[in-house]
Amino acid sequence: MSILLDSSTKVLVQGITGREGSFHTEQMQALGTKVVGGINPGKGGTTHLGVPVFNTVADAVRATGANASGIFVPAPFAADAIMEAAAAGVTLIVCITEGIPIQDMIKVREFLHGYPQARLIGANCPGLITPGQAKIGIIPQRITRPGFVGMVSRSGTLTYEVGSALSAAGMGQSTIVGIGGDPVLGMTFSDVVQLFEKDPATTHLVLIGEIGGSDEEHAAELLARGSRLKAVAFISGRTAPEGKRMGHAGAIISGNRGTAKSKEEAFRNAGVAVAETTDDIVGLLR
Amino acid sequence: MKLLEYQAKEVLASLGIAIPRGVVARTPEEAAAAFTKLGPVAVKAQVPVGGRGKAGGIKLAKTADEARHAAEQIIGMDIKGFKVALVYCEAALEIEREIYLGFTVDRDARANILMLSAKGGMEIEQVAEESPDAIARLYPNPWRGPLDFELTQLIFDAGLGEHARQLVALIKKLHRAIPDYDALTVEINPLVVTRGGEVVAGDAKLEIDDNAAWRHKDLEQRYGSVIEGDRFEVEAKRRGLTYVSLDGDIGIIGNGAGLCMSTLDLVQRAGGRAANFCDIGGGAKAEVVENALAVILMNPKVKGVLINVFGGITRGDEVAKGIVTARDNLNMKLPLVVRMSGTREEEGRQILQQNGVEPGVSAWEAAKKIVELTGAAVR
Repeated sequence: MSILLDSSTKVLVQGITGREGSFHTEQMQALGTKVVGGINPGKGGTTHLGVPVFNTVADAVRATGANASGIFVPAPFAADAIMEAAAAGVTLIVCITEGIPIQDMIKVREFLHGYPQARLIGANCPGLITPGQAKIGIIPQRITRPGFVGMVSRSGTLTYEVGSALSAAGMGQSTIVGIGGDPVLGMTFSDVVQLFEKDPATTHLVLIGEIGGSDEEHAAELLARGSRLKAVAFISGRTAPEGKRMGHAGAIISGNRGTAKSKEEAFRNAGVAVAETTDDIVGLLR
Repeated sequence: MKLLEYQAKEVLASLGIAIPRGVVARTPEEAAAAFTKLGPVAVKAQVPVGGRGKAGGIKLAKTADEARHAAEQIIGMDIKGFKVALVYCEAALEIEREIYLGFTVDRDARANILMLSAKGGMEIEQVAEESPDAIARLYPNPWRGPLDFELTQLIFDAGLGEHARQLVALIKKLHRAIPDYDALTVEINPLVVTRGGEVVAGDAKLEIDDNAAWRHKDLEQRYGSVIEGDRFEVEAKRRGLTYVSLDGDIGIIGNGAGLCMSTLDLVQRAGGRAANFCDIGGGAKAEVVENALAVILMNPKVKGVLINVFGGITRGDEVAKGIVTARDNLNMKLPLVVRMSGTREEEGRQILQQNGVEPGVSAWEAAKKIVELTGAAVR
């Protein structure tokens, strides 16, 4: 079992013919992901990487019955691509694109209120992977193995690091979800945690947060109300100074808000173990 | 990009909002000349951070000599790491009342929030803490902006009903900064009601989304070069790197923001202090590594460098070769510790070792190693 994505999910790739889109589609296919089509306006009717290319998402959904989409289009076009997918009835939208203007994403969020069945992951995220079954995005398969740990993270490479440590220790993962490092994004820690709670195959939970915003605190409040998952949290950016954006647009401390300290305290108060370093996560999860 | 006050005010004026008369001065003489033109002035340091008043960056001048003297004191001042290069001399206002007005992004709500308060002039965070009810709030629809009736409600809620007509018009103009300039924050504090009944922007803050820079190339050209920041950050930006200066002496390079931040944390935990944050993104291409190292080595405080690269699909041997080449091209003699993982990481470590670079197996071991090698441990 898993959340959001498995080997039966029918996946489209928006931007499939681009360099990034092509490379990662091949990686997705190598894992066995059911990629049923790609989108490139003007290249409809052609075939790329063995799958049909369509001009629009609506055309692709009509022809293939796709229910998920991975977005690899450049930032100026990404917000429109997300809304196009939602309007076409896609229920899992994963936007990998980095650098989308925040005001575009605020408009997207408002637009998505009209499509409550559509779930958005990202943008500026590595996507998600259900080891051994399928992935949408760029999380490398080699750091994962099938298992019982649910992972949710705001960071890409840090997720790979922790994932590979877990895998090496024999602790496989049910699904790994990278929610992204932008201030205005789709699914939150809380949204993903709620899905893991309902997934019988997931018994453990790893949350990888970072400074900025208060999504980690909200997830901690949710876990404090009762959880069947054995959870460990890690927060990066303990030593980040106030007012400086640490790479991610969302990773910034303003005043007392968004500090690593407040997030770690929230998790401790919720009975969640807090790892001092990523190396400690495996031990705490045992 | 955070604009300076005078730049933000130019933008507000272009949206049709009244601003006081003012002149930019780069020398004390220019400040004295501003007095001659404007009469009594406030001489204000132009830096893209708050709290300049408390830091002594704003002085009132009632004579030309006072204006000259104020500018002498303020120009060259260091305010929160920004060296003051210029002052803005602005005609003093006859203040009847001060209002707070601002739009910003509310992360939790994933929306823009409009805030209005009769308690202007003080930091809005302080008002929010002491008397949260004194701030009226509205989340305008991002597709159509605030409607008149929504604004009227907001203005009466804030206890500012007597200025309703003026404020509705002004807030709609200010809101244009969001669709027209990709403003993340646009704030007028204080918004001054003068004794003559005019509503004028006493101060202005405008932060524009860097992600939207491609939509506002004109602004970047007009203002980008005026804002003087940290010279390493400026150079890093020129080279297309994600770099933040910090005040320690160990240079840090990582791929991915989260990994890079956690590397800083590990160095501090090991007793050292990071000189910077530098995220080289996925792939760890040799050219990018070299650019990052070049910027870090510009900083004379740096005593050693730690590189932490997690290669998902990237090949470790290629990353290692790239790092060695970059070091040699830059003729780098300082201690260098590299922690890397990924495909062919063993070969990668061998290449590093053969070339005199210390390979770290775990990030924590690598952090301890660089602190030891630079002798930076605080006992």
